[in-house]
Amino acid sequence: MHPVLVENKGNWKWHDRPQPGVLHHVSYSGDEVWTVKAGTQRQMDVYTVRKLCDIADQFADGYVRFTVRSNIEFMVTDEKKVQPLIDKLKAEGFPVGGTGNSVTMISHTQGWLHCDIPGTDASGVVKSLMDELHAEFIREEMPNRVKITTSCCQINCGGQGDIAVNVQHTKPPRINHDLVAGVCERPSVIARCPVAAIRPAMVNGKPSLEVDEKKCVCCGACFPPCPPMQINHPEFTRVAIWVGGKHSSTRSKPTFHKLVAANIPNNPPRWPEAADVVKRILRAYKEDAKAWERVGEWIDRVGWPRFFELTGLPFTKFHLETWKGGRPALNASAQVRF
Amino acid sequence: MAKQMHKTPMLDELEKGPWPSFITGIKRLAQSEGKPYADMMKDLLGQLEHSYETRLGYWKGGAISVLGYGGGVIPRFSEVADKFPLSSEFHTLRIMPPAGMHYDTKTLRKFCDIWEKYGSGLIAFHGQSGDIMFQGCRSENVQPAFDEFNEMGFDLGGAGPAVRTSTSCVGAARCEMSCYDEQKALRECINSTLDDMHRPALPYKFKFKFSGCANDCSNAIHRADMAVIGTWADDMQVDQAEVKNYVKKLGRKGIIDQVISMCPTRALSLNDDDTLDVDNRSCVRCMHCLNVMTKALKPGKKRGAAILVGGKRTLKVGDMLGSVVVPFMKLEDDEDYEALVELGQKIIEFFAENALEHERVGEMIARIGLGTLLEGLEIGVDPNMINHPRTNSYVRIDGDDWEAEVEKWNERKAAAAE
Repeated sequence: MHPVLVENKGNWKWHDRPQPGVLHHVSYSGDEVWTVKAGTQRQMDVYTVRKLCDIADQFADGYVRFTVRSNIEFMVTDEKKVQPLIDKLKAEGFPVGGTGNSVTMISHTQGWLHCDIPGTDASGVVKSLMDELHAEFIREEMPNRVKITTSCCQINCGGQGDIAVNVQHTKPPRINHDLVAGVCERPSVIARCPVAAIRPAMVNGKPSLEVDEKKCVCCGACFPPCPPMQINHPEFTRVAIWVGGKHSSTRSKPTFHKLVAANIPNNPPRWPEAADVVKRILRAYKEDAKAWERVGEWIDRVGWPRFFELTGLPFTKFHLETWKGGRPALNASAQVRF
Repeated sequence: MAKQMHKTPMLDELEKGPWPSFITGIKRLAQSEGKPYADMMKDLLGQLEHSYETRLGYWKGGAISVLGYGGGVIPRFSEVADKFPLSSEFHTLRIMPPAGMHYDTKTLRKFCDIWEKYGSGLIAFHGQSGDIMFQGCRSENVQPAFDEFNEMGFDLGGAGPAVRTSTSCVGAARCEMSCYDEQKALRECINSTLDDMHRPALPYKFKFKFSGCANDCSNAIHRADMAVIGTWADDMQVDQAEVKNYVKKLGRKGIIDQVISMCPTRALSLNDDDTLDVDNRSCVRCMHCLNVMTKALKPGKKRGAAILVGGKRTLKVGDMLGSVVVPFMKLEDDEDYEALVELGQKIIEFFAENALEHERVGEMIARIGLGTLLEGLEIGVDPNMINHPRTNSYVRIDGDDWEAEVEKWNERKAAAAE
């Protein structure tokens, strides 16, 4: 940890943001520290890590920290070093930004590079999207901060986001009955199904499992404990976009993200269809939200009819909550908007 | 002769654009002729391109660990090893980072040296649970690589049904909003539960996360079985001279629109002399006004944290938020931190004894009710734990039970008043 942070731990007085990508903290002791934040690709080769170390040694006394969204932060105690550090980072290909009301680095999962159950890639989706959103990373022009998450299966390790780009399986698992008995602990697979659609069955004289396809919600929860129940599919694994998730208790209470668009092709290597929906939502939010409103808070004010109107996204019967605890999501009032 | 690079036309597309490319990095490793990992990374790129072409993943799990540990290594074996044999084993070592993810470059360089020697040269800072992920290791190199990381003072993180690696926000190290020592809280909670991290024996995963205030920069509330979120119990600190400066800067309308009207509990009003009036009894410590006026407003002096339990991601019944079990816990001296650690241990113990297999704390609470958990933890109920009292009339209250509960409430109130 940087010595100035050690010395002033718990003794900071206030902070401001002199420019996008830079935080400035002032301590009661009079010490000041400027933090320069840069985006990374998260999955880094040792050459990239060493390059970041060289930059830290040259400008930031050999200290860095990472944020939970895989941005890197360099702390400097001399204001004169801030601009040269920014110039150096940019020259080496690291975008400087991600502070304040920007679209910061997308939190993501492992994807095809390393996960055992992914429906899509994660690093690739994030790289493609961040290329598109680069301008919003290096500026602070959004009404409030925007956190985007991606998830490569429906477990959604990526987390809640103002905008979430998540895999959606659209067909029940396809079962390789020859392998089930040898690979899967059948009772625990049955217990894993949230809608009790899986039953034990004898198929071709072997113990296996069967799925009531009418009941199945295609969540894919059976696939991790039982890989012969293949849920991923080159065509039927799709992408869905969700909005309005929020972790903080700031102003409004934390919220879950809500489905707004589905059936988007899972289209490597650049996922252009998903990027279009994300950009459409961001554009409407940027133009219409008031200062400090997060995406979900903006929608709370203007209402869902206006959200679908402003983004041009279609509203369908699949947007209605249907599970048994879902009625509170319906409008139980005479409050309507036109 | 050096192994040829596979053709990767789709991955090559990901080298375009302004954002740093992980593909360029992996190619750099693959073309580091003479390094032990170069050929492995060529086949890794081949397999990844194959995934992009066919839109399917090709990794499967297994069981790999290091001596004395039950988890912390994520084994990955390729299902297309016949096509890409040199990356057939590509395991990840999860290593716990320092709280707040602060590093000196000496440490990072040493990580690189070790990972060049035993692994693939590919490192992720950081995974969603907070671990540094050293990705890409052959089975025989897992133990020696771990030994060298351990020598540096780093330990394996959690995987499987275990206490998991934890994260905290930057906290007191560089934030004036911090309401306790997040780094200390993380270290003490994790150090006291290491057995449950290294030898997975819980019903399912258990995550601690630590945020210094309600801005929740470590995303604790949705992601942690036990979220420790900083707050304060007295009045917020107001520097009225600085408030006036903000009024000058933003204008009265600006302050009213951006601060006063956005207070979720209408606890603020702007006085005629441009000072701020705070109704502290209505304030819910949401942080909004403090975020806008960073020079004028600060948390109060009686600081600590709210403890919430039961947050989790989707699998299998959908996302859950943490629920308040302790509205305020003072976190100032060592005794306070001991009490926090004890609470964490108690929750894990209750979880271990009462959850079903593969059930998270949040799902357990949904099944048994918060009241049952509170009784198990020997914590009394508090109106801060609810949005509103029950609306469903079907509740069995045997006459004397009600009186006994009223008595408990009175006793707690009397104790608090002392």
